[in-house]
Amino acid sequence: MMFAVGIIAVFVAMILVLIRLFSGPTLYDRVLAVNSFGVHTVLLIGLIGFLTDRPDFLDIALLYALINFVGTIAILKFFRYRAIGDKLHIKDEAET
Amino acid sequence: MSQLDTLLEVLSWFFILSGAFFVVIGAVGTLRFPDFWSRLHAASVTESAGVLLVFAGLCIQAGFTLITVKIIIIGIFLFITGPTSTHAIANAALVTGLRPKEVKGFAGVEPEPLTKNPADPAEPE
Repeated sequence: MMFAVGIIAVFVAMILVLIRLFSGPTLYDRVLAVNSFGVHTVLLIGLIGFLTDRPDFLDIALLYALINFVGTIAILKFFRYRAIGDKLHIKDEAET
Repeated sequence: MSQLDTLLEVLSWFFILSGAFFVVIGAVGTLRFPDFWSRLHAASVTESAGVLLVFAGLCIQAGFTLITVKIIIIGIFLFITGPTSTHAIANAALVTGLRPKEVKGFAGVEPEPLTKNPADPAEPE
């Protein structure tokens, strides 16, 4: 039963973070909201796994945590350097 | 249920409830704080306190099984990547020019700039 309370709390937190996601003035508010939403999803998957007595949900939660982190870093890298890959090949073409 | 079981049950409920409380408080902080930098702090409250408390509660519920090991692994991973991603976001924001607003100090006086202007002569003590 206590898991249900936890799940409701995480749901409320997700909605609040979503509001921040849509209203966030700067890009980095949105990246922060997405990252926070991902962490909430990890919690949600863990709690639902415990609610329905299915321990294999925790593997999904672990995977989601990994991908959430990589996604956040990829978004930041893209907006920071305008390219995820390395831009060396562009420079070489410009020089030749 | 023996004495110990009820104690463990209540303890895990306490952890899960306080973890849920911190998660909601962090989300409310992320929503209501004035500028990006304070929201950054609020968001990392959920990532550190909320996650750890909820996972501690789940660990107690699961007892000494493989599930607890998995939860601990997730907890360690989130504990490492939480501050790292927060730092990455803050660094990206700072580098591209999003500066915290210079608010007046308590005495209502504009705080002196971070980097001393080399041209200024040193104020006499």
